[in-house]
Amino acid sequence: MRVRVRLFASLREAVGRSELELDLPSGASAEDAWRALARSHPPLAARRPSLAASVNRRYAPFDTRLDDGDEVVFIPPVSGG
Amino acid sequence: MPAVVKIPTPLRGFSGGRAAVPLDGQTVSRLLDALLADSPGLRPHLLGEDGRLRNFVNVFVNGDDVRALEGLDTPVRDGDEVTIVPAIAGGTDLSNEEIARYSRHLIMPEVTIEGQRRLKEGSALLVGAGGLGSPAALYLAAAGVGRIGIVDFDVVDESNLQRQIVHDTSWVGKPKLESARSRLSALNPHIEIETYDAALTRDNALVIMQDYDVVVDGTDNFQTRYLTNDACFFLKKPNVYGSIFRFEGQASVFWPGKGPCYRCLYPEPPPPGLVPSCAEGGVLGILPGVIGGIQATEALKILMGIGEPLMGRLLLYDALTMSFKQLRLRRNPECPLCGESPTIHELQDYIAFCGVEDAEVLKGVEEITATELKQRLDAGDDIDMVDVREPHEWAICRIDGARSVPLTDLDERLHEFDSSRTYVMQCKVGVRSAMAIGQLRQAGFRRLLNLRGGLTAWAREVDPSMPTY
Repeated sequence: MRVRVRLFASLREAVGRSELELDLPSGASAEDAWRALARSHPPLAARRPSLAASVNRRYAPFDTRLDDGDEVVFIPPVSGG
Repeated sequence: MPAVVKIPTPLRGFSGGRAAVPLDGQTVSRLLDALLADSPGLRPHLLGEDGRLRNFVNVFVNGDDVRALEGLDTPVRDGDEVTIVPAIAGGTDLSNEEIARYSRHLIMPEVTIEGQRRLKEGSALLVGAGGLGSPAALYLAAAGVGRIGIVDFDVVDESNLQRQIVHDTSWVGKPKLESARSRLSALNPHIEIETYDAALTRDNALVIMQDYDVVVDGTDNFQTRYLTNDACFFLKKPNVYGSIFRFEGQASVFWPGKGPCYRCLYPEPPPPGLVPSCAEGGVLGILPGVIGGIQATEALKILMGIGEPLMGRLLLYDALTMSFKQLRLRRNPECPLCGESPTIHELQDYIAFCGVEDAEVLKGVEEITATELKQRLDAGDDIDMVDVREPHEWAICRIDGARSVPLTDLDERLHEFDSSRTYVMQCKVGVRSAMAIGQLRQAGFRRLLNLRGGLTAWAREVDPSMPTY
């Protein structure tokens, strides 16, 4: 199945794009989508514990199962003020 | 038998719930001192910053207004009854000047004179008088929020003026609190401004925040964000959150007991050094205007009790694409603070929790000062200088003889390094160059020095003609 991934702030900069698509086996979770992303961008791995994720515009735990066509957003915390 | 001070209902939250406090004191003034020593939380409600009784607070001894007696010097005898009556307890009236000033509010059915009264009776605490705090403070003051508190310890820097619009050029080098107070009281003389010249810490957060109805988080670091969140949770105060990064911003309202908290959204801070601050990453000047404006809007709605707060929703704003997105948030049942089995029962050590960026990144990195580097270059030492800043920073300034290898390209350009040579790594302030040293070490390089304080230190110690940014 294919899911669409959107990235914000420093994640977007680390990956170099704000949006991409991932091919995942059916039954994959948001965590699996993150792992697939981190495999292609290894420096991302260290960021996982501080990230928030959402699936189809709802904040979602990383074990949320994805369906074909879902939109997954990974949001890093931002500290600037 | 001591005298008895009667506390009005709205202030009993600051007297431990007591309606009457027996105290010793020969005069009203002494008695008030004893009362404030007993219940320090009452102080801002009774006394102004000059230590004098606030205009709207009336004190009666056995039913007589002390203004008709000897004022604060009115003698008090054992068994006397001293009653404190803040005008606020009977509802606040707007003066004709205030009615004229707020007329565009008053004519809206959602606000009316009642909403404006709530603003006047209300109070908001701004954590930080920087990018977000500036527009928020200006709009809250203009809107007539009766008491605005500001916590900050910094001075105005020239590089703040591009976005921190409460400050102006004449205040560069002076405390942000004084600058903000001057600007806000000129904008609206009908409001009170309280300032706290301190960093918010676990020791002062609860004391400062308890006197406010709503807290606006405009801080610039993760420690203070977690601290603000936790303190608001323990005090059950709504926390209007905003944060910014380059062209992107986030905003939400975390309201204890009603919706999720910051820890539900971000259970753990990012590793130190991974998320650049505004100083390192840059920020579009107007970005905090948008996000701080949203925070002020939410604070006003909360104080007036109108509309739907930005609760359970995270607003994401991208200035480059000019788009707003909303994500639905929910309370995390496993949240260590507001979840079902909380493990956090008091304020924490936030510096330990978030890590200290410089200490962490710089650990074990050998340094050279700008002055030492200059001496070694002048002595003709065979040193390679590598500047890891981005090309657009390199274009602003550089040290003669350095070459540019941006940190983002370092992995692909390791072949350009020679393990038999000595490298002095440099960046703007010395953090990214320390990260570069970490990467080079992993790749097996050993002869690496970090320019302490980066080009900023070089400009200060060696070459004052170099621009700093």
